[in-house]
Amino acid sequence: MTALARARRRSGSWIPPLVVFVAVLLIWEQVFLFLDVKTFLIPRPTVIWGALVDQWPTTLARGMLYTGAEAVMGLLLGVVLGTLLGLGTSRWATIRDTLVPLGTGMSTIPIIAFAPIMINWFGFESQLPRITVVALMTFFPVMVNTIRGLTQVDPAALELMDSYAASPFQVLRKVRIPNAMPYWFTALRIAVTLSVIGAVVGEFFGGPLYSLGIYVTNQTGSFKYPNAWAAIVIACVLGIGLYLVAVAIERIAMPWRRADGTALE
Amino acid sequence: MTDPTPTVTDPTPTDRTPTERITAALPGTSVVRIAGVGKTFGTESGGVRALEGIDLTIAQGEFVSLIGPSGCGKSTLLRLIGDLTAPTAGSIEVNGKPARRARLDRDYGMVFQAPVLMDWRTVAKNIELPLEVMGFAREERQKRSGELLKLVELEGFAGRHPWQLSGGMQQRVAIARALAFDPKLLLMDEPFGALDEMTRERMNLELMQIWQRTRTTVVFVTHSIPEAVFLSTRVVVMSARPGRIAKIVDIDLPQPRNVETREQERYFELVTEVREALRRREGGEGQLAPPDADRIRAEGLA
Repeated sequence: MTALARARRRSGSWIPPLVVFVAVLLIWEQVFLFLDVKTFLIPRPTVIWGALVDQWPTTLARGMLYTGAEAVMGLLLGVVLGTLLGLGTSRWATIRDTLVPLGTGMSTIPIIAFAPIMINWFGFESQLPRITVVALMTFFPVMVNTIRGLTQVDPAALELMDSYAASPFQVLRKVRIPNAMPYWFTALRIAVTLSVIGAVVGEFFGGPLYSLGIYVTNQTGSFKYPNAWAAIVIACVLGIGLYLVAVAIERIAMPWRRADGTALE
Repeated sequence: MTDPTPTVTDPTPTDRTPTERITAALPGTSVVRIAGVGKTFGTESGGVRALEGIDLTIAQGEFVSLIGPSGCGKSTLLRLIGDLTAPTAGSIEVNGKPARRARLDRDYGMVFQAPVLMDWRTVAKNIELPLEVMGFAREERQKRSGELLKLVELEGFAGRHPWQLSGGMQQRVAIARALAFDPKLLLMDEPFGALDEMTRERMNLELMQIWQRTRTTVVFVTHSIPEAVFLSTRVVVMSARPGRIAKIVDIDLPQPRNVETREQERYFELVTEVREALRRREGGEGQLAPPDADRIRAEGLA
């Protein structure tokens, strides 16, 4: 396959969603203009874009950095801890069998509800409440999937390694970890999505005025709806951007999965 | 110690295969010695007796097939030789040492019914897996995988990934991987059971060629009578519940085996002999089961 054909094929998958996205924006704009939908209900895309351009230099750029930093730091903390605990406990069946149901149970707890309490602990000025919320939210899926990936290995592959008299460490490195990678990256995608949600919603309970969560609440409170929508757009961009980074890392880390455009399952 | 003939055998040791004649002349060349082996799964009292009273000696250079109905413990016997499970009675020696020691010394290569290739590794890297585990240097590994790819006629596929290969090709990679570290013994657990009949016959021919070139001792589990007769120097017919050796059939077809082997009168006689040995055991309770019923069942399960 030529480089051109490859480039066309890769970009090809982007074109249909992009076309739909642009079409939705156009229809949204024209229909809302025609029906004269009030801005406080849902503003038109051009109005939101105007507010975004207007507010970007003063607040939104700072807000994106601030909230983004919370999301990324919380994410890193949660992913590292989840992976380490997953790796550390996968060898002991009893700990694992206790942790997995516990982890699954814990992941159903609306951790975001702890945000106001954590503000009580760490103070209004601190980013720690959001970082902690994000870390807790992302920790469980990563840990559970790491354990799953390390343990749900083809028994025949383990027997094969046994027949080579391989050490437990060799089995871990050559079979269990590569086997866990698709599971781990699935968890990473989930975690990335959760991280921005956790950071923004965590800010609803307190944070600096320019942070995205506080900005949305304040602007809505003072009827500046297009500004609030602009901040939501920034939060979306943040989430999509982090997601794309995760996908890029996944592709670099598991090149065998895309060699043919074929995803393995 | 030095007698390569099995303890349980049919009482006509007149017809000897060329391989057996060679090995019979060399003392102390038994690769596998199984004495009084039994295997019970579960507790001693209420457990399932998978194997009982197994005595078998396999000489160097032999190709021995284990055949029998499902539940006769032929796969279990293979795993016992490979120390992937432990016997509950008797003793197993591989290369003159306990099976466990032989496994730790990496004395055998193993091929399963599924190829068990690592999707994240290329074909060459899959073949190099045991060499990596055993600490071979990179150049040595690459040299070996190159040689083995040639042996299994997959030279052009070194950089491919397993899922880009057909089932037969994948199994050839698995065989190459098992031979990568030059084991003295090759254990194969229904390696062609998942392949269609045509691919299977071709693989049988290829395996014959590999065996003739490498002179590795092979223990081969199968549920196909023609396959067992075509490949083996001896066929061990087993019966079920509990698993026992019912009969050992010497396969005195001339070497090297090739396409014409399957058309010889003697080939059909031996196929019939194995089939009757299987049927005699099946029909023990009065009900005569078709000889292939278990095979179909086993393939359905596969």
